[in-house]
Amino acid sequence: MRFGVVVFPGTWSDCDFHYVISEVIRQPVKYVWHRDRNLDDLDCIVLPGGFSYGDYLRAGAVAGRSPVVEALPEFLSRGGLVLGSCNGFQILCEAGLLPGALMRNECLQYRCQSTHVVVDNVETPFTRALRPGQVLQMPISHGEGKYHADIETVRALRAHNQIVFRYATAEGKVTKAANPNGSLDNIAGIVNAEGTVLGLMPHPERAAESAMGGTDGLLLFHSLLGSLVEDGTFSKR
Amino acid sequence: MKVRVLIRLKPGIMDVQGAAVQRALGGLGFADARGLRVGKLIELDVDAATPAQARNRVDEMCQRLLANTILEDYAIDVEGAERLAPSEQVR
Amino acid sequence: MTHAVEPKVTLDLARGLGLTADEYDRIIERLGREPSYTELGLFSALWSEHCAYKHSKVFLRRLPQTGRRVLQGPGENAGAIDIGDGWAVVFKIESHNHPSFIEPFQGAATGVGGILRDIFTMGARPIALLDSLRFGDPADPRTRRLIDGVVSGISWYGNCFGCPTVGGEIAFAPEYAGNPLVNVMCVGLVRADRIFRARAEGVGNPVFYVGNKTGRDGIHGATMASATFDEHAEERRPTVQVGDPFTEKLLLEACLEAMASGVVVGIQDMGAAGLACCTSEMPARSGMGMAVELSSVPQREEGMTPYELLLSESQERMLIVAARGQEAALQQIFAKWELDAVSIGQVTDGGDLVVRHRGDQVAHVPIEALAEAPMYEKPYAAPAWLRERQAFDPLSLPEPSDLGAALLDVLASPTIASKQWAFRQYDQQVGINTLVLPGSDAAVLRVKGTRRAIAVSTDGNGRQVFLDPRRGAALAVCEAARNVSCAGGQPLGVTDCMNFGSPERPDILWQFAEAIEGIAEACRALELPVVGGNVSLYNETSGAAILPTPVIGVVGLLEDAGQLATQWFKGAGERIALLGPDAVSLGGSEYLWARHGRLAGTLAALDLETERRVQAAVRAAIGSGLVTAAHDCAEGGLAVALAESCITGREPMGCDVTLGAEGRRDQALFGEGPSRVVVAVEASRQREFEALMAESAIPWRWLGTTGGDRLRLRMGSTTIVDLGLDSVEHAWRNGFEHHMA
Repeated sequence: MRFGVVVFPGTWSDCDFHYVISEVIRQPVKYVWHRDRNLDDLDCIVLPGGFSYGDYLRAGAVAGRSPVVEALPEFLSRGGLVLGSCNGFQILCEAGLLPGALMRNECLQYRCQSTHVVVDNVETPFTRALRPGQVLQMPISHGEGKYHADIETVRALRAHNQIVFRYATAEGKVTKAANPNGSLDNIAGIVNAEGTVLGLMPHPERAAESAMGGTDGLLLFHSLLGSLVEDGTFSKR
Repeated sequence: MKVRVLIRLKPGIMDVQGAAVQRALGGLGFADARGLRVGKLIELDVDAATPAQARNRVDEMCQRLLANTILEDYAIDVEGAERLAPSEQVR
Repeated sequence: MTHAVEPKVTLDLARGLGLTADEYDRIIERLGREPSYTELGLFSALWSEHCAYKHSKVFLRRLPQTGRRVLQGPGENAGAIDIGDGWAVVFKIESHNHPSFIEPFQGAATGVGGILRDIFTMGARPIALLDSLRFGDPADPRTRRLIDGVVSGISWYGNCFGCPTVGGEIAFAPEYAGNPLVNVMCVGLVRADRIFRARAEGVGNPVFYVGNKTGRDGIHGATMASATFDEHAEERRPTVQVGDPFTEKLLLEACLEAMASGVVVGIQDMGAAGLACCTSEMPARSGMGMAVELSSVPQREEGMTPYELLLSESQERMLIVAARGQEAALQQIFAKWELDAVSIGQVTDGGDLVVRHRGDQVAHVPIEALAEAPMYEKPYAAPAWLRERQAFDPLSLPEPSDLGAALLDVLASPTIASKQWAFRQYDQQVGINTLVLPGSDAAVLRVKGTRRAIAVSTDGNGRQVFLDPRRGAALAVCEAARNVSCAGGQPLGVTDCMNFGSPERPDILWQFAEAIEGIAEACRALELPVVGGNVSLYNETSGAAILPTPVIGVVGLLEDAGQLATQWFKGAGERIALLGPDAVSLGGSEYLWARHGRLAGTLAALDLETERRVQAAVRAAIGSGLVTAAHDCAEGGLAVALAESCITGREPMGCDVTLGAEGRRDQALFGEGPSRVVVAVEASRQREFEALMAESAIPWRWLGTTGGDRLRLRMGSTTIVDLGLDSVEHAWRNGFEHHMA
């Protein structure tokens, strides 16, 4: 599977995703500069974490309007997949490719810590290798991770099974104490209606090697690789 | 033309920062501060022949980038123009 | 065009800029005439204490600076040590004390920005930050605001830039209330043969200004750092710089790209005294000269004078000497990253700095004159009152009847208690190199592409240095190195941040001189070169100085990243051993302060040879896989070390330990002393471990076993502490955090 890791001015998890994709899951990967609209030879685009444009104005606001992001709808229509982590999730929401918005953490502080998320939807290309109700451990690191959407949007998310990850205890219970940032309904990650775009606040690339504390993040990549069908297209939802 | 944009969280949206600031004021003896909400002020100059043109231009900027319309409302104030009544401003 | 009228240069004006009458005379003598206003500005900045180390240089020379792994010692923006496999670590510690008191958030943030630039100006990508912070009483709301501001500032800058904060310390003492200490250490990695230096070479080579535009920030920040505070400290607010970590990240990428492309001959970051410093230090190092035209400098304010342009401390700017003919290549790289890159002059021969503004010459100074600030050897003497303090015998105080309660008090002391409140605000893992996160003796980071890892720690103890500057400073070096050894790392080099009061006071200067001696002795014994550091003087308000506080950063190497160790007990039924001598003292201890509010007594004896051997023994045991945990005994003594090993792991693990039957119980539990390490050994490896210890020729003994959910300490057959781990953890976890809630 050919991965493209997008680099905006201020992105920093690009190197980490690149490392994991090339050294751990050993797939072809290249960096995609934010001004680049040519996404022809790629299967999956990663929007990594960081502070694109310093998070100035709003996190992801400026990056969400860049050439590479504007090229994403066409990329998706050709069968591509997009994974946005942390700042990437913020960018996808600002670009309107995912519904809702990420706000400042309820505790008003930056939080870097390990979290557990429970998997609510295993029918996406990003989660097909998982079991329903499986609990993954992945770190978060953000100041603006509180997911918000209005009532209709939340209804739609639920109706179309778009909520993929929710913050939970190690046993998989969705509780207030397990919610590190005050996200609505403990939402940690969602997909679009077609299931081709995943946005999540945790950092799967930081949970891809046991030396780094855990390998649950790899499961997303394994799902992606497992989603490849013989003819090179993806089995989606 | 000088333009000022006030950006605020929409009324229904919880303002955690505002709540924290209000508590802090309370702790300093300002218990009479209530309903505190924190917003953003953006000031800029635009080329425009009339205040209406300036307003339209900046309105476009707000829609495109300056405000996140899922979360925020905005009010545009063009220097020298009449301030519109609140019901005409808020989007 | 007309210049704004420059003030007439007089002795009074020179004094107002921080120069002494004698220094002013020297300048006139050196130039053969009176300086222009702009030239006076250059001297006032370059000859400030902060830039020139006038009072400290004579002592700093006594520190050992060489070693077979040293690739770069003091004299450049940071030091560099070879770690094998073609890699080098570049590191340094710096202070930003005065600005952090004036404006805590931006003061701390720009401190981080400054040290990051010092590292990447050498061509190294920063991979770790550590912050060593000291404040007054956290129960005081003003101190809480300082703490909050400083931690938020470090968090904001480090996180946005993308360098993980992996370690550090936060300590408290009333002496820091009006003078908080913010010391930040940065470590970077670079290929050993690709280190860049801040030298202006090649006559005719263009000099490029890159990065953020220049404004009026921090003008005379260098002189502010060289002055004590008085009641007007708050009014100095406008001189604090404002940081832009986003631009710094772009600057990092652009500079590294430019260096990799071969267009960079020399490079220096603009820190204290901005352009003035770079345009003189770079040619000074190579014996060259420089000519610059200030109107080319990108400016964000209108009407800036040459004086302002030279002295501005606007952040996120570098000066690059490029290879002639490669200007376009350089500009293309910076344009890609959307940064200004403007040629403002060139390297010359002749040894002069010639500064023009709109074609008019405003300064023409021999660079040697700027670089050779006077060195002072002021008088120093031990203060009369120290004897009395040292003469105090802590054992004259009554022993507590409830030692368990005493332990809980000490664990809840803010200096010892958990600092999670701060650490969780820092990104600790960006770069995915962090093998050991904050919370153990030292942070450990892998070196991708090799089997190696580096271990880093920063340590200081103002109380100990106050009571005995020479021994206290030596103890700080030992502790930082010991923490690295406890992670399995071989200590390789030191960076020191010397935080002291006014050097114009003989007792303070004596503290400084003695501390340097202590550091030198310890570094020689442990074979640790000091490859760079920082001096921050004048940390006093209205005559009250801080505790003399050298903060020592040590970087060490693990040849095999798989052989690292952490401080918490891992399994039940393991044997616990104490390596090291029994020599401890309650003098200067955290216990004496927390329980009795006293800072007095003498420190435990230090035998550097024993220290060396104990560290070697710990590393050998870790390297052979014989220990499952290793933890240095530091503030709070053995009891605190044991408690921490029980509660800081993912799962709490109790222990049952028996100390020797004699002596005061509080001294045995809370006495502090060097060269002591607690380790845990699997029962099946006991014999092997004993054999290794015998070979190491160090004092050591078995203490007890791990297991259960209680912390049980006995002396002889008497149980003196029996606490549930819940209460131990509760005290430790909340001792500092409850102040910040």
